[in-house]
Amino acid sequence: MATEAEIEETAFPDGGAVVAHATDEAGAPHPHKHPTEGQYVLIALLLAAITGVEVAVYYISALGDLLVPLLLLFAIVKFSVVVAFFMHLRFDSRLFRRLFVLGLGLAIFVFTVVLTTFHFWSR
Amino acid sequence: MVVTASEGSHTEDPAIPEGHPPTATGLSNEKVAMWAFLGSECLLFGALISVYLLFKGQSQPNTITPKNVYDIPFTSVSSFVLLMSSLTMVLALAAIQRGDHRRLRIWVLTTALLGATFVAGQMYEFTTFYSKGLKISTNLFGSSFFVLTGFHGAHVTLGILMLLTLWNLSVRGKLPANRSETVELVGLYWHFVDIVWIIIFTLVYLIPS
Repeated sequence: MATEAEIEETAFPDGGAVVAHATDEAGAPHPHKHPTEGQYVLIALLLAAITGVEVAVYYISALGDLLVPLLLLFAIVKFSVVVAFFMHLRFDSRLFRRLFVLGLGLAIFVFTVVLTTFHFWSR
Repeated sequence: MVVTASEGSHTEDPAIPEGHPPTATGLSNEKVAMWAFLGSECLLFGALISVYLLFKGQSQPNTITPKNVYDIPFTSVSSFVLLMSSLTMVLALAAIQRGDHRRLRIWVLTTALLGATFVAGQMYEFTTFYSKGLKISTNLFGSSFFVLTGFHGAHVTLGILMLLTLWNLSVRGKLPANRSETVELVGLYWHFVDIVWIIIFTLVYLIPS
């Protein structure tokens, strides 16, 4: 599995601005790259395209039981892209990632238990 | 453009690696606090979304349901507007990191305007629902819907106020390039309200009841 340092080197091989510092797995400081403005625009276009597909899929009644998993997949992809690239979690310190994932994971766990307790899935 | 370590640095102690704030973690305390806050906000919105999911199908028969009131094309446009405001926010951060204050102000103001458009759309949606007979006290669907989307709208409104404060600081020359982290923190909050809306748009509007 690639280390954070390797990911940073490969995420934007054609550029990216060096804008801040973080620590690698060994704890040593090193500069890391954020996407360039052109790359931000491309990411936004991707997000807009996914939103368009999401809405189009909503109107396709033939999808039946496939509709909900598809919509959830699109939402997860959009969520992850914004967090990874616009919020820079892919490039920043692991501590930030852990703090956010802790809160998000706890929320998913707690409220899955709540929904299960109230028989939400069997409705 | 490359911003050097010294430009974005808070470091004064020569023993601390260049480019790192002088903290125990080597990370900005404000940024750690913001990420911890955003993690806790996941629990708040998780609670509100769960309550909505539990309540939306539990209203009395013959009362208003989501299918009676939702306008998917309209909400899709609102979602698109909020999504694009994340782009303008990140462009504002890129601008201040390279010391371009003029573009910073343009992008911050554009983000605030897009946010205001989203909130205006939400107010229009609320008044439309109200005119169709859906109030916060009409049924469980109405209560949980208005509380969830209202909380989100309040977050967006707070974000707009933060953006306007940034714009004001920049106009008065009180937001130099070495304080770009202030823009980054507001940006993190702004992107968070965007990702919450991504989930709300799918779970509340698109997934049929």
